Amino acid sequence: MTSKIKPAQGAPYARIMGVGGYRPTRVVPNEEILKHIDSSDEWIRSRSGIATRHWAGPDETVAMMSVEAAGKAIADAGLTPEQIGAVIVSTVSHFKQTPAIATEIAHRIGAGKPAAFDISAGCAGFGYGLTLARGMVTDGSAEYVLVIGVERLSDLTDLEDRATAFLFGDGAGAVIVGPAKEPAIGPTVWGSEGDKSETIKQTLAWDVYRTTPVPGGDGPEERTAPEAVRYPAITQEGQAVFRWAVFEMAKVAQQALDAAGVSPDDLDVFIPHQANMRIIDSMVKTLKLPESVTVARDVETTGNTSAASIPLAMERLLATGQAKSGDTALVIGFGAGLVYAATVVTLP
Amino acid sequence: MAATQEEIVKGLAEIVNEIAGIPVEDVKLDKSFTDDLDVDSLSMVEVVVAAEERFDVKIPDEDVKNLKTVGDASDYILKHQG
Repeated sequence: MTSKIKPAQGAPYARIMGVGGYRPTRVVPNEEILKHIDSSDEWIRSRSGIATRHWAGPDETVAMMSVEAAGKAIADAGLTPEQIGAVIVSTVSHFKQTPAIATEIAHRIGAGKPAAFDISAGCAGFGYGLTLARGMVTDGSAEYVLVIGVERLSDLTDLEDRATAFLFGDGAGAVIVGPAKEPAIGPTVWGSEGDKSETIKQTLAWDVYRTTPVPGGDGPEERTAPEAVRYPAITQEGQAVFRWAVFEMAKVAQQALDAAGVSPDDLDVFIPHQANMRIIDSMVKTLKLPESVTVARDVETTGNTSAASIPLAMERLLATGQAKSGDTALVIGFGAGLVYAATVVTLP
Repeated sequence: MAATQEEIVKGLAEIVNEIAGIPVEDVKLDKSFTDDLDVDSLSMVEVVVAAEERFDVKIPDEDVKNLKTVGDASDYILKHQG
């Protein structure tokens, strides 16, 4: 017989309750990047707006940076680690396929036995995680969800590629999503364009290095990496990415504003994924945002930290007083996949 | 009605002026966007998108790299405009 099943029930709405970030201690100026490429500080700044970035040291692992950022976010939300019911980690630079790094992070922060898993949504990962967290809070799967964006992209950077060597940085950003009485996270406008999956990608799959027997193969030599194989790194088609990011993502950002019922004049803060200052500037122009809107420009001193960039930029805007709790912010992430996610939030 | 080459060059000059701040009179058929007009690869994308809207033409990413000079761009638009 079909039994009557109690439905899951959660809070009426969800909100971001706290934010925290971790930036590796080592600051890397453009001069250091120039050791391996034929370029100039002026060229790098004019094409990307990046002056410095943080690169993680051996002890600043994906887990360590996440734990640091998570601790700050939990404290900022006024919670204790045991109250966290779920941990979502978005990353592309945790180098073990299994287990998910989220479980180790959950354990190390002292969260008990929360649901914990990783997601892979590139530079849109924060928006994807935030959207999952909102759903989990409002359907009752968890009262408080920890969402972490973390990357060690220096590990996936080709230092000899003059188009990307200067672009990427390392760090972790975290937020706590919890129950709210009023709507504080708008509808998410998100999606994917798999026909453009080659536009931003890791150059080679890890199995190019396989030296043990392949299932169904005759021996170990079949898939052994030739000596000339270059270590995998992230590459992109710069012009195609720029066009998509500026012009297509401006439309998505506008849709997110419309979906939330917020006009540009009501917006306080714009936090786009910190990919490149030129993309940010052109998006602001294309969106025709009023000058009263504070725009996150954290990329200048942080580089592109993929899934970590939005929470890191959010944390810095709040810490420096450029934005304040209760402000209305438009966030949009976009990147490899290609994938994107945009929504309007009330800042914690 | 389709634009003439003269109208296209005039339009491109206005676009390049708007995006890169180059005087309109400097934008001539034989000028290279990158070498003569200080339009870098990212600004070139903005020029292309503005030209697409103005002249009702599609310029795919793979064709952008072939548009070295103002003449290349105006020829392309002349041939492909809607």
